[in-house]
Amino acid sequence: MKKFEYAQPKSIDEVFQYLEDPDSVIKSGGIDLLDLMKEDLIAPKRLVNIRSINQLSFVRENEDGTISIGPNVTLSELADNEIITKYFPALREAARLIATPQIRNAATIGGNLCQRSRCWYFRSIDFDCSRKGGSHCYALFGENKYHAVLGAKSGCAIVQPSGTAVALMSLNAVLVISNGKNEKQLDLNEFYVEPAQDITKETILENNELIVEIIIPKEMRNYKNRYIKLKEKQSYDWPLADVAVALKMNGIKCEEANVILGSAAPIPWKSKEAEFELKGNRITKELARKAGEASMEEAFPLAENKYKIRLFKIVVYRAICEAIGINPYT
Amino acid sequence: MKIDLEFTLNGKNVSIETEPGKRLLDLLRKDFKLTGTKEGCSIGECGACTILLDKLAVNSCLILAGQINGSDIITIEGINEADVLHTLQQKFLEHGAVQCGFCTPGMIISAYALLLEKPDPSYEDILNALEGNLCRCTGYKQIISAVQDSAKEMMQD
Ligand SMILES: Cc1cc2nc3c(=O)[nH]c(=O)nc-3n(C[C@H](O)[C@H](O)[C@H](O)COP(=O)(O)OP(=O)(O)OC[C@H]3O[C@@H](n4cnc5c(N)ncnc54)[C@H](O)[C@@H]3O)c2cc1C
Ligand code: SF4
Ligand code: FES
Ligand code: FES
Repeated sequence: MKKFEYAQPKSIDEVFQYLEDPDSVIKSGGIDLLDLMKEDLIAPKRLVNIRSINQLSFVRENEDGTISIGPNVTLSELADNEIITKYFPALREAARLIATPQIRNAATIGGNLCQRSRCWYFRSIDFDCSRKGGSHCYALFGENKYHAVLGAKSGCAIVQPSGTAVALMSLNAVLVISNGKNEKQLDLNEFYVEPAQDITKETILENNELIVEIIIPKEMRNYKNRYIKLKEKQSYDWPLADVAVALKMNGIKCEEANVILGSAAPIPWKSKEAEFELKGNRITKELARKAGEASMEEAFPLAENKYKIRLFKIVVYRAICEAIGINPYT
Repeated sequence: MKIDLEFTLNGKNVSIETEPGKRLLDLLRKDFKLTGTKEGCSIGECGACTILLDKLAVNSCLILAGQINGSDIITIEGINEADVLHTLQQKFLEHGAVQCGFCTPGMIISAYALLLEKPDPSYEDILNALEGNLCRCTGYKQIISAVQDSAKEMMQD
């Protein structure tokens, strides 16, 4: 790990002053950042510690009915929060199932959304792959057991690792992003970058931009939402396949459906095919199965990850059933 | 560039001038000579380096010194009264929950954090609390029994 400066701004304004220097990088919990720095994958000149800025740590119910989450809320705080538990079990479950208690106590939701790919070639300094400016992808024809089954045709097969992103996207979350001068609101849907757009970036965030708030729209409280994560180990683990669904129901009829697949593609993947099956229809187990099948219609597995197709079909089915209180196992 | 840190370490106010980019693990082991906290993986996977930061269990291998100013830190050296083992330490011995012992400090700190929050934890609670602590020797069964037994005894006190 290279030497670096450590800036300790006391206010959000001060953060932006530091960020004017392009060699500054935001540090929140530091879990992902330290991992990347130890491997010398990044060598920022200055870390700007935002973790001590309490104004960025809140969960609140606003007067207009929206729910706001500050980027510095830790994953444990999120999992224990009453408002989140009451309205958004999908988000609670996603936070609760990430990593270990120790990591959840330190890691923040802002950092979780911005963490970089876990592709083992990307994480090793020995492989100069396309995402790091090299000429090819080692995973497409290499070890790709945990890589993408959707959207990987454009030359990089990473999967987006953030569990909270999957849940938040199903809840139509909006990010408030600021550079100190301008503030913009952006659908989480538009936050992640596909390799075809820019293979070197996973999010649209610029170096001088800070996520200051995450907003969940009011109507999402009425969506039945559920998150399920399948992993290889019984203990903590990265997901093999994780799915969040949020359904607006009128009795047994589904009026709106969001079906988001995690660990499937380079971005949290909105399955239009599965959503199409559900929207406007009465949800039965048969329909949920059909939606599961539909979610993998466009799948393009690599040599070692065909198993994921079966997993996603099943997890989508289960998440839909459990969201609306049908027992998927009988 | 060095910075001055002041914080509480095992109940005592301490101060030190150090590099803000130093890992808390190194600060504890090298500067304060508290070598009970162990380094296993250095990447947040094994839990050997677990300490309490403001009453929460965290991996000291992934926390930078710059972040701890003003906080309250407890390591394995700080959970017992002088010369008397803490109930958890005693029960770990009695249950054979220590073999090579490398995971033990982290394991005990995670269990300690659990009992602070939930004095009467369920079996599930114990599994969840110890999820981030790997043990390659015991098979975990003895560790879980030791925590259950400690909770029982500490409730009586
Ligand atoms: C053993 C282990 C297991 C794990 N398992 C999982 C898992 O199953 N699922 C999962 O989702 N994750 C998992 N993780 C990853 C972990 O959850 C993330 O590394 C963590 O959430 C990052 O949060 P942080 O606050 O530490 O971010 P940091 O490391 O501080 O920051 C990460 C990135 O986000 C940027 N950033 C942080 N806050 C902001 C902000 N407010 N605005 C703009 N940019 C910002 C930083 O500049 C940096 O680029 C695991 C990690 C470990 C070590
Ligand atoms: S999948 Fe992406 S990050 Fe991994 S080796 Fe290929 S180009 Fe690099
Ligand atoms: S040394 Fe910190 S978790 Fe393994
Ligand atoms: S006793 Fe050896 S690792 Fe746990």
